[in-house]
Amino acid sequence: MDYQLLYDVKNTVVAVLYLVSAIFFIVGIKRLAKPKTAPSGNFIGALGMLLAFLTAFVDFGVIVDVDQEAIVSRFQYWYILVAAIGLGSVVGVWSALGVKMTGMPQMVAIFNGFGGGASLLVAGVFYQFELFTEGANALLLPMLIATVLSGLIGAITFSGSFIAYGKLQGIKLVPDKPVTYTGDLVVKGVLFALLVALGVMMVINPDHLLLYWLIVFGGLLLGILLVIGIGGADMPVVISLLNSYSGLAAAATGFVLNNVVLIIAGSLVGASGLILTMIMCKAMNRSLVNVLFGGFGGSDTVGSSDDIYEGKVTSTSADEVAMILDTAQRVVIVPGYGMAVARAATPVRLLTEALEKRGVEVVFGIHPVAGRMPGHMNVLLAEESIPYEKLLDLDTVNPTFPQTDVVIVLGANDVVNPLAREPKSAIAGMPILDVDKARTCVVIKRSLSPGFAGIANPLFANDNTLMLFGDGKAAMDDLIKAYKEV
Amino acid sequence: MTVIYLITIFAMAVFLGFELITKVPATLHTPLMSGSNAISGITIVGAVGILLTQLSRGDVGVLPFILGAVALFFATVNVVGGFVVSNRMLQKFKGRRS
Repeated sequence: MDYQLLYDVKNTVVAVLYLVSAIFFIVGIKRLAKPKTAPSGNFIGALGMLLAFLTAFVDFGVIVDVDQEAIVSRFQYWYILVAAIGLGSVVGVWSALGVKMTGMPQMVAIFNGFGGGASLLVAGVFYQFELFTEGANALLLPMLIATVLSGLIGAITFSGSFIAYGKLQGIKLVPDKPVTYTGDLVVKGVLFALLVALGVMMVINPDHLLLYWLIVFGGLLLGILLVIGIGGADMPVVISLLNSYSGLAAAATGFVLNNVVLIIAGSLVGASGLILTMIMCKAMNRSLVNVLFGGFGGSDTVGSSDDIYEGKVTSTSADEVAMILDTAQRVVIVPGYGMAVARAATPVRLLTEALEKRGVEVVFGIHPVAGRMPGHMNVLLAEESIPYEKLLDLDTVNPTFPQTDVVIVLGANDVVNPLAREPKSAIAGMPILDVDKARTCVVIKRSLSPGFAGIANPLFANDNTLMLFGDGKAAMDDLIKAYKEV
Repeated sequence: MTVIYLITIFAMAVFLGFELITKVPATLHTPLMSGSNAISGITIVGAVGILLTQLSRGDVGVLPFILGAVALFFATVNVVGGFVVSNRMLQKFKGRRS
């Protein structure tokens, strides 16, 4: 047998199969970006992954040894792989099927973290293996740089995602508000500079394996410090950025292993995650740097709330709102994170159905950063089988407010704050939903407490605004009951 | 030479990624994120690679084995969980178009 030929054939077949799976990823992501083709896009992506996964077994498991004229199989410890894959599949399927739609942001965060963790481990173990078998002198500069990047980005993704998970899950240890302290920027800056220095040392001096794990440790610390300083309402930005990082970590690992499919898939995800991040930043009129290092929110701005609210806030009852709704022809519901917290999506659907039964047009106005992850409100309302044609984005719904009889703001605050139109406010320039332009605006909220931005909301004091104080779910339930009795 | 070739592929893929996702409706933000997140679990290929390669040598110590197996576990959770959860969301979007 011609082993040289066999060797070439095997490598070519493997390369072609990786290429095919990369094409599957590209087509999959493209289709995921359009509503009609999205389900098939996800499926095609999964197929590409299966193909890449199976190809890896041929690539690394069946070795054609040209010198010894033999085909070597490396499957003697197959059960270790089966155990890891089996356990991972069970955990993955179990958590993906078990998670409630309200818990989706946390779930996405944690899967992200696992991806970053896997990348840093693969790069580290490969580096160690090469060091032991080939020696430090055989390690090439690009591979070493990629190893450092993979360890650093992977570690930041891993720990950052777990902190994000903690914030979203409401774990007491990780406060929702940004944790800031004097000189936190300096601490992060020094740590980052230290990590860069360690990275340079490792590249120059590759036989110190410990350096890699020091970088990983520092990266884990940096991930914690970065995300803990960011408030809950900025989570849409953080989650999409971590998503981007997990892709970049995979791409860096691809450079370590000289593997094209890792580079392609990883950089596709890195780019698409970055685009989502930018969409989120734009929706808040803030730069990425400001989100990451601003420590925005939770700060006590001028105690002007008394002046704004004093004697001007009109409180209302479910019965009164029901009566107003009875004469309405067009209703816009504006949900926010409060709807997720109060688990009020079901009563929202019930009210929508009751209104539509009487011929009222009901649509939803969704702000891009409403909730804690990109598209959060859409997922919650989809769970309630509300057609996505009814979920209007900012640009579509805003011109329609003047022709709207009633707006119901449920658990949203900053995204409807008219102060955003004032150049000097903390949220100046942030695109908002112009709910104050509707005939009547009903705000369902527990109290007048400020939203995430920490500023008062003049909307609540408007003449055409009615405040329905109470828990989101209870208030909605009362409202449905009252409406049915009108 | 190979490095330049890999960097070229990287640069092309980044641009392709930007081109693919310029206009995404908000409805798809979450599924797109979790779907692409699953794709970033491509490290599974690397995890399989290091485990098979090392196990065949067997002289690098126990720790890398364990770390490799943990990497494979992490990557599998990422891939399987990510695709299943996106599919769950997308089915909900699809089932109510009429």
